[in-house]
Amino acid sequence: MKLLIENGLLVHPRENREERASLLIAEGRIAGILNAEETAAAKRSEPDQIIDASGLIVAPGLIDMHTHLREPGQEYKETIQSGSRAAAAGGFTAVACMPNTTPPNDNASVTQSIIEKARDVALCRVYPVACITAGSKGEHLTEFGDLLQSGAIAFSDDGRPVEQSDVMRRALEYAKAFDALIISHAEDRALSAGGVMHEGRVSTRLGLPGIPRSAEDIAVFRDVSLCELTGSRLHIAHVSTKGAVEIIREAKARGVKVTAETAPHYFSLTHEAVEGFDTDAKMNPPLRDDEDVEAIKIGLKDGTIDAIATDHAPHSELEKKVEFDQAAFGIVGLETSVGLTMELARQNILSFSGALQKLSSNPAKILKIQGGTLEIGIPADITIIDPHLRRRVDAARFESKGKNSPFDGWMLTGVAVMTICAGEIIWKVDEAFKPQ
Amino acid sequence: MQRLSMASFKHKHLLGIRDLNAEEITMILDTAESLKEISSRDIKKVPTLRGKGVINFFYEASTRTRTSFEIAAKRLSADTFSLSASSSSMVKGETLIDTARNLEAMNPDIIVLRHSSAGAPHLLARKISPGVINAGDGQHEHPTQALLDMLTVRLHKNRLDGLKIAIIGDIAHSRVARSNILGFTKMGSQVTVAGPPTLMPAYAESLGVTVTYNMDEAIKDADIIMMLRVQLERQKKALFPSIREYAALYGLSPERMKKAKEDAIVMHPGPINRGVELVPEVADGKQSVILDQVSNGVAVRMAVLYLLLGGDKSEIAD
Repeated sequence: MKLLIENGLLVHPRENREERASLLIAEGRIAGILNAEETAAAKRSEPDQIIDASGLIVAPGLIDMHTHLREPGQEYKETIQSGSRAAAAGGFTAVACMPNTTPPNDNASVTQSIIEKARDVALCRVYPVACITAGSKGEHLTEFGDLLQSGAIAFSDDGRPVEQSDVMRRALEYAKAFDALIISHAEDRALSAGGVMHEGRVSTRLGLPGIPRSAEDIAVFRDVSLCELTGSRLHIAHVSTKGAVEIIREAKARGVKVTAETAPHYFSLTHEAVEGFDTDAKMNPPLRDDEDVEAIKIGLKDGTIDAIATDHAPHSELEKKVEFDQAAFGIVGLETSVGLTMELARQNILSFSGALQKLSSNPAKILKIQGGTLEIGIPADITIIDPHLRRRVDAARFESKGKNSPFDGWMLTGVAVMTICAGEIIWKVDEAFKPQ
Repeated sequence: MQRLSMASFKHKHLLGIRDLNAEEITMILDTAESLKEISSRDIKKVPTLRGKGVINFFYEASTRTRTSFEIAAKRLSADTFSLSASSSSMVKGETLIDTARNLEAMNPDIIVLRHSSAGAPHLLARKISPGVINAGDGQHEHPTQALLDMLTVRLHKNRLDGLKIAIIGDIAHSRVARSNILGFTKMGSQVTVAGPPTLMPAYAESLGVTVTYNMDEAIKDADIIMMLRVQLERQKKALFPSIREYAALYGLSPERMKKAKEDAIVMHPGPINRGVELVPEVADGKQSVILDQVSNGVAVRMAVLYLLLGGDKSEIAD
């Protein structure tokens, strides 16, 4: 099986370089980057398929470091199959799935079952993230060694952060034996308790209990400090505040081994989106204020924030079509991430290559997984993006089971038109979408 | 009696003071003043809303507001039905929307909702066809309370503009404060709020009020002193150190009253914690209009039901 992608703009995010060339895929691997002459020769050798990528970006497959696939346990919200379809539809060739399933992924058998299930049904690669502590209860460390051997790629008590500082310290220390990555959901739960949105003028207007920025800033500072103390690898998930950006920027300047991600909603929306008690604008951390959005953008531009992850959190209407304070936190994000991130390119905050660093090469580097490059010989995980294609978001047509998106109805420019995983075309944009 | 203006009251629901403009507030208060007289008749009933159905759906406990709505509806001859969370299927795990759809299937014209979640009436209004009246949603709004407060002030001061209003106490958790701030500022009065910083919402100034932590400053030259009920359980959450200190700093005493205008009136949405936010002699004193508020509550709720249901004015007169 030979696939030739011609006339596209090849983007090498790791090298921060773009070139007009053709990409040849053979036997599931990247077989060559061809100039015009080589392309003509390749065409004469009759590849199985030729893809005309005129006007399109040909990039390493996108990697989402922060997804909730909900399986096992909450299959009515999402499954490994439906979530991986949503990923493929959004241009992702790999996702890291968070461990807050039922049961939680805190032992090797759950990790193995996710990997086996993914092998059978998933369209894209699925990398399980395991719990830091048993049941994410914040007490006993999970068996990092056993979990890593079973295929876990990192550890996180996402959604239920490690409260005790000494436990977090020990987790970071213990991870050193494996050079494992600890992902911090940074939240001081005593400060956020009861809160359902950002504490600010909108929460005051709506009479909703707020979550102050300090709840995040304090926890980020604690974990960065523990990272410095232990010299371990720490990744801060879903950064939403300007304070967190500043703390991470200063830590990086000191040489602390911390990395960070934000999510598209934190640079696309503010707490004003909650107006009207829209539960699709309810997530944790919450949508913040204009100055935070600005700080996040600057943090992305100057490299303080390494990655853009979706924090894809599908819920059913059981959790969302209820009173605002009763509603679950979280929104789906896999199928809107490319369009929202391309907006940053249009605002000249990121170049195409810069955007793809956040979506592909940096996540690969942080998670220490293959991908993020167009190196010859590696498995051909490729995403083809039309940066000018305009498409209206229609949540009802999401591949994800979750329709909980505050971007429903938005017109986004920039669509992943084809997703290739290990040389197989796993997603091709519906032609019916094209004329908009 | 004053002629009722049937000029367009365009709203189907009353979800908050935020959705009303000064003209509409005035229309409701004018209507309430006209209807107030019915409650002093021998036969306290007019056939205006005959055949209309009003469901009082009180998810959160309330005696005063619920009774007031009930009386208001009955004086206008509407049929009323009451439902509380404990008597409804919500205790059996039914969602708010499902319960409401079931109520809707019985064809009421208005659902009056009291709920502990901010925005619950807005959710209901989006999902079902009858009109929805917000009878208090979480810490968000309590529009009929603000309307009855404004009516009370108007009856005592003959105007609603150019007044100095002091609202004292737990501003952060008070839907009464939020709705009154919106109402009185829309009508052209100045609102100052005072309370301990721990009971002040974030960015309180963004509500268009003056914020102070000093009660004396707030009531200086005030025309209206509105005291809020302090929830005693807030002390447990370390929001203030003791009832004793709260009463000393933010309780209304006769000495403090002297700082306000001589003809200032004292209001309280009830129920009162006697000896905490109000010293008994102030609560029962001649400047207190607390019981007027209760009477005016019935009139205002009659007006709201009347305007939302487009009652026939010819049937109000004797």
